[in-house]
Amino acid sequence: MLPINETMGQYSELFMLLAAGTYTVAFIAFAWDLAKSSKVLRAVDLKAAELSGATSRQTTRVPVAASVGATGAVDRAESDVAGPVGRAERPSSSLSGSSKERGAGVGGTADGGMRYDAERRVPARVAVALTVLGAAIHAAGVITRAMGAGRVPWGNMYEFLTTGAFVAVAVFLLVLIRRDLRFLGTFVIGLAVIMLVAAAVAYWTPVGHLVPALQSYWLIIHVSIAVISSALFTLTFALSALQLVQAHRQKTVAAGGVDKLGFMRLVPSALSLENLSYRINAIAFVGWTFTLMFGAIWAEKAWGRFWGWDTKEVWTFVIWVVYAGYLHARATRGWTGTRAAWLSIVGYLCVVFNFTIVNQFFNGLHSYSGL
Amino acid sequence: MSERVNVEKKSPAPGTAPGTPGTAHPAGQPAADEKPVADGTRIAAAKAEAVLPALGPMGMLRWAWTQLTSMRTALFLLLMLAVAAVPGSLFPQRPANPSTVTQYIKDHPDYGKLLDTLQLYDVYSSAWFSAIYILLFISLIGCVVPRAIAHYKAMRSQPPRTPARLSRLPEYGTLVIPADAGIPASQAITEAAGALKKRGYRVDVRDRDGARPSLGAERGFLREVGNLVFHTSLIGVLVSVAVGGLFGYSGQRILVEGDTFVNTLVGYDQFTPGTNFQSSQLQPYSVQLDKFQITFDRESQGKFGQPIDFKADVTTKESPDAPARKEVLKVNDPLTLGGTSMYLTGNGYAPIVTIRDGAGNVAMQGPVVAKLQGDNYYSSVVIKVPDAKPEQLAFAGFFLPTAFVTEEGVSFSGDPELINPQLTLNSYFGDLGLDDGAPQNVFELDVEKLTPLNARNLDAGGITLAPGASYTLPDGKGSISFDGVKRYVGVDIHHNPGQLYALIFALLAVAGLVTSLYVNRRRVWVRTGTHEDGRTMVEYGLLARGEDHRLAGEAARIRGVLSEEWDLREADPGPAAGTGSGTDSQSAPSGMADNDRADADEPGANIEQVAQDHPATDFIPSSAGSPESKKDS
Ligand code: HEM
Repeated sequence: MLPINETMGQYSELFMLLAAGTYTVAFIAFAWDLAKSSKVLRAVDLKAAELSGATSRQTTRVPVAASVGATGAVDRAESDVAGPVGRAERPSSSLSGSSKERGAGVGGTADGGMRYDAERRVPARVAVALTVLGAAIHAAGVITRAMGAGRVPWGNMYEFLTTGAFVAVAVFLLVLIRRDLRFLGTFVIGLAVIMLVAAAVAYWTPVGHLVPALQSYWLIIHVSIAVISSALFTLTFALSALQLVQAHRQKTVAAGGVDKLGFMRLVPSALSLENLSYRINAIAFVGWTFTLMFGAIWAEKAWGRFWGWDTKEVWTFVIWVVYAGYLHARATRGWTGTRAAWLSIVGYLCVVFNFTIVNQFFNGLHSYSGL
Repeated sequence: MSERVNVEKKSPAPGTAPGTPGTAHPAGQPAADEKPVADGTRIAAAKAEAVLPALGPMGMLRWAWTQLTSMRTALFLLLMLAVAAVPGSLFPQRPANPSTVTQYIKDHPDYGKLLDTLQLYDVYSSAWFSAIYILLFISLIGCVVPRAIAHYKAMRSQPPRTPARLSRLPEYGTLVIPADAGIPASQAITEAAGALKKRGYRVDVRDRDGARPSLGAERGFLREVGNLVFHTSLIGVLVSVAVGGLFGYSGQRILVEGDTFVNTLVGYDQFTPGTNFQSSQLQPYSVQLDKFQITFDRESQGKFGQPIDFKADVTTKESPDAPARKEVLKVNDPLTLGGTSMYLTGNGYAPIVTIRDGAGNVAMQGPVVAKLQGDNYYSSVVIKVPDAKPEQLAFAGFFLPTAFVTEEGVSFSGDPELINPQLTLNSYFGDLGLDDGAPQNVFELDVEKLTPLNARNLDAGGITLAPGASYTLPDGKGSISFDGVKRYVGVDIHHNPGQLYALIFALLAVAGLVTSLYVNRRRVWVRTGTHEDGRTMVEYGLLARGEDHRLAGEAARIRGVLSEEWDLREADPGPAAGTGSGTDSQSAPSGMADNDRADADEPGANIEQVAQDHPATDFIPSSAGSPESKKDS
């Protein structure tokens, strides 16, 4: 057991504070990006509508699939909302052909491929740069915490929150390399800030040793996979929530309603969101399956039974079943689209609930010192 | 799953759908709101949704079975299972802590009993929870079996017929081999077949020497196999758990330093056999606790005095005459012996006392296990001395490893280590009631029928002892001396024969899951033909079954392989080569994908949609007269 280094622990707290501050600024930049881009897009739309000689009534609304007539492409915007039919469009395949014409400039939603396009969004760039900076400071915080405690930095609520927030931001940044998910920035960074603040305010714990029940290499394996899966579930939660909003908006606009959610134009179509969130959920589900299994193996080692329907185990199981339901829903007629998105959201709410229960659970483990 | 099976049985195989009259819909049919249904699926859908048909008992059964094994029911049961599991985390559960349940019922006289009748304290063995998972697993079997059969057949049959219009497939591309390359259509198709075989496809070449030779290729059968393995393994896990419950056993024992546990029924303080347990299952190994050490945290402020390491040195013997072995038992590091595992689950102090009775004889001598009550090993002590004569004696009180007394006279333990050990006791005499055979809790003393000798409110006062001290009881009832302190550990012993199998099935399940999620089932068709000017025209199309976001990548790779094969230099070898530019090549917008899933009912609709984007003329001139193209018109 490595000795405790209080100084390192204090450095760590300082880093966490700095990271939270940097994230807050990044959050503002992301929000600014949403506001500004939505304004720009609206202006572009209006111009396009004017050019095409639209009537004044139409200019007040946003033409959803302005490209339809021009290119002869099928109006997919509608089928996106409708569900199964549109599901035929796969994210990667959609790179080719018609989806390009539904790019941010003309259509009601952003490019379904979620690739970066040539257009520069300065606030978004600033926001990402700040996020990278924040993540670097945050990483320093996590590492110094580990050095201070002389072990992996995930042994109590404070550490789950700080390390978990870091993993969520890191996963987000990693995905950003491949896909333009900057529209999720406010959400992910906002959540990271909340987690860091909650850690500092409600769950603050000085660096310390682990209780014997947690001293196992399974802590490293089991919890790290759980944290990574939860970070992925966080992303899919955001995607599914946006999917619901976008589906609603697309439907409203398609039905000739007023588009009140202009910023959603920065976000891809509901279908693209669903597809991406499915892919991430599939990975996260495998991760969660491992979490469950390794948890069971560890429980067997620590308590002599691999499954005992302990509160923590119950909720881990519930989450697993809900996401299994989600995967099934995606293959069940009438359950794709909005309903599947709700399942993904419910699953995440269970994750959050499970996490807050952890607190109690770990108190329970202290009874190890006695009979 | 049955829905999918139905689709496969009743409607043309998805791959062949594009060219099949059965699925053709009038062009431009509005897809979104009308939801046209392919003939086969319409039957399946009708079956699934139909009201109770007026059939005989057999018909009813069949109807019930179809309902039960439908994907919708599976989903519903899964969600039910999730919901049904929740109450088990809200209410105390009997198997885990029966005493908490009893207390809970007492504390909630209004609804405590009601919850019990609803089996809410035994959620995971309750009738309703069992009903859900049993139905789920029956549904699962009903899904897996027909699906396995269907898949077995699919694996043995040839890839589906080449569709007439490859350009309607979600991924489509063309290549042109110059006339001077000297590769005729038949050679091109053979070479394409070779290239696809190398990529792991199962290939079937059709009409090799005709004017428009083509090939159908398929790969990724493992996807479905993975899915089947996954679901079957879940059944395996369930069965293993049940087996563990039937043949396993578990028990507890407290061992004071120096004690030896022998694995026989009498060796246990508490024993819980499985339904089919036989005592001959127990292998009489032995475990002696030599020494137990605890390390306390002396570094961090917040957790000062918390135990951070437990270590039990033990001597084990596999059987009575096996050689002795020194081993270490720790938390998270159980001993395995004779098919069982032994876990360190608790510990505490056991003060050693000697008690003499009124006649001056030693009525009891040895360590007394003190039960943990509060911080810093503040523990309760109960000593029953049935052998004391003429009257039986009893003591009840507390043991404190580091005794402190507040100004109000409340004593507490200031540290977990033995810095100032103290035993404070009340004493009683009378009939302990042990002789009538009713079992008693060794940690509790019923003082109702006993006469107090020592207590703080009596003249004689309470007994306070430091190690080495002794005290003479009033009225010549005897004496007690506190000789020293030992540590004890609580161990759990478990035997679960299902465990290993559960692990194996769980691993299989994960392997199946990963396979089914990440192996892609794909079909490729290639057709070649010779242009009037002597060039060899090649077109290819890809179709995925199930979610496949990498189909475009696969199309690009196949294009690359073929180009290399024929030494074609691409004008614009972009990353998504499926979209290659120029007159040499074109690509279909992805408009259609797997049509055997949830969206199975709209294959026709998609095809028509996409078809609008494409010129009606074939890329490879059909002047040669292909039977397929005739079918299409
Ligand atoms: C014990 C309960 C069950 C669990 C935990 C479960 C879990 C899963 C999971 C996680 C998947 C996605 C991974 C994969 O494709 O292999 C899946 C897929 C599937 N399950 Fe289940 N399942 C259960 C019961 C059933 C039942 C009863 C049916 C039949 C009605 C069924 C039919 C299917 C089908 C058809 C798929 C493939 C969907 C696709 O192609 O994406 N499952 N299941």
